[in-house]
Amino acid sequence: MSWLFEPGWWANGTVRTALLVGFVVALVSAIVGVFAVLRGQSFAGHALTDVATAGGAGAFLFGLAPLAGFIGGGVIGAGAMDAIGVQRVKGRDIATGVVLGAAMGLAALFLFLAARGSSATGTTQLILFGSIFTVGSSTLVQVAWLSAGVLAALAVIARPLLLSSLSPELAVARGVRVRAVSLVFMVLLAVAVGMSAIVIGAILSTALLIGPPASALRVATRFVAGVALAATLGVLATWLGVLFAYDSYYWFPSHRALPVSFFVVVVVLVEYVIASLARRRGAAPSSPALEPEGWT
Amino acid sequence: MFSSFMTNAWLSGTVVALLAGAVGFFVVVRGASFAAHAIPNGAFAGAAGAYLVGVNPLVGLVSFALLSAFGIGVTSRRVRNDVATALALVAMLALGAAFLSASLIYEPTINALLFGEILGVSSAQLWPVLVLGVASVLALGWLYRPLVFTSVAPELARARGVNATVVDVAFLTVVALVTALTVPVVGALLTFSLMIGPPAASRILFARPGSAIAGSVGLSLATIWVSIAASYTFNLPIGFFVGAIGAFLYLSARLLVRRVPSTP
Repeated sequence: MSWLFEPGWWANGTVRTALLVGFVVALVSAIVGVFAVLRGQSFAGHALTDVATAGGAGAFLFGLAPLAGFIGGGVIGAGAMDAIGVQRVKGRDIATGVVLGAAMGLAALFLFLAARGSSATGTTQLILFGSIFTVGSSTLVQVAWLSAGVLAALAVIARPLLLSSLSPELAVARGVRVRAVSLVFMVLLAVAVGMSAIVIGAILSTALLIGPPASALRVATRFVAGVALAATLGVLATWLGVLFAYDSYYWFPSHRALPVSFFVVVVVLVEYVIASLARRRGAAPSSPALEPEGWT
Repeated sequence: MFSSFMTNAWLSGTVVALLAGAVGFFVVVRGASFAAHAIPNGAFAGAAGAYLVGVNPLVGLVSFALLSAFGIGVTSRRVRNDVATALALVAMLALGAAFLSASLIYEPTINALLFGEILGVSSAQLWPVLVLGVASVLALGWLYRPLVFTSVAPELARARGVNATVVDVAFLTVVALVTALTVPVVGALLTFSLMIGPPAASRILFARPGSAIAGSVGLSLATIWVSIAASYTFNLPIGFFVGAIGAFLYLSARLLVRRVPSTP
């Protein structure tokens, strides 16, 4: 196995923390992501990463806790999107776009001021692109608690949320408060995305939120199986990405490792291509996402 | 503010605002905000790649913007539109991250690409901006009728035999061209703000497509001019002003016109 695991892999504390954090974040992203993909909220899911990043940059500037900045920024952004009209399918695109545009402007300001105020280089890149190898063990504990909270809240609203995602009219007829459920989901999405943006960066946050669920929804025919498959694919992509990034240090004579995000995205895309091919072979006759009957 | 080294900033800013205002109207009407956000990020990755192999950044910007546009336009026939866009976006960003880590680019250069550096526009850069700008305007003029048709009445357009996919890919190509020009001026992240804020505000204010496009161009010109002046005066990044003014315009329009915008 030494050809696969380069020297020091098993004894490295940073790697172990990265694998643990990656496991937790990939799991939560995949489970929340299944709902985001089903509801057609990929754009909102991605936009909230950038909104959270603006919050993180603001926290950095004012000397607040970064995690609070990321999550606070995300939740404020989710509230703003909801206020402008994210619940109407027609207005959703614009609401997300306007909030995202404003947040980008704020991020530009905060990062500029933060860079002017400190001599440290790489701040912008660290905030924007993140790195799973820089996570401390205290962050790991906070992330674990937050993840547990998000998953517990999601479990509570899972049934009405699924019903209102697949068939809003039926949900209203059954007495589901669609509007409230939608707002709660947006807040959960913001917390999950803000948390993953700070530990693994904005790129990976979106990749793990959308990629594994989209792959799983191409082949799975039942909801629970879809969630389980998405979680498995997400964790697999994260672990393989960390492994390849670690190994890549030994691939080039210059000893310059490629970023984890690059490898994770490569694995996520490969998984997606395989899922698409498997579906064309006839594993699932038609898109389950379009057939609510088989899902509840 | 109007001294000679600012001339290029005013000129390129004006061209960029004209284009972004016109293209942005169709982005808003067609609900293509996510694509308009993803394509500039692809262009950013292209610029990083161009630095890595040592070619003109504009080559990287144009080729990667086009690549993203084709990727989104072609795959979204089979998959949900937003999922296809998200996957294209992360693929481009991951490539960009790999390029950045493989090459040694100064952080100010990266920040300029992300957040814009309008004073960094040289006279040599101005010519390609003008040429590609004119090409984009011509392409948009040629696409105008099918674009309005498929945007305003998609069912009718399909019944009349207009190929929606071809129109879509052609439109995203124009978005990609405009993006490649805009990114060096206002940055990858704020190109999007300029394409959404002023057009979304104009669409609320004006009902007819013609006047809405004119209003969108006017508002985005005002946005970029005020942003250049404010950026110069307060010595803050231009992207902040573009983002803030865009959101302000949209909210003002919403408060001014208390009605739901009429059909798309």
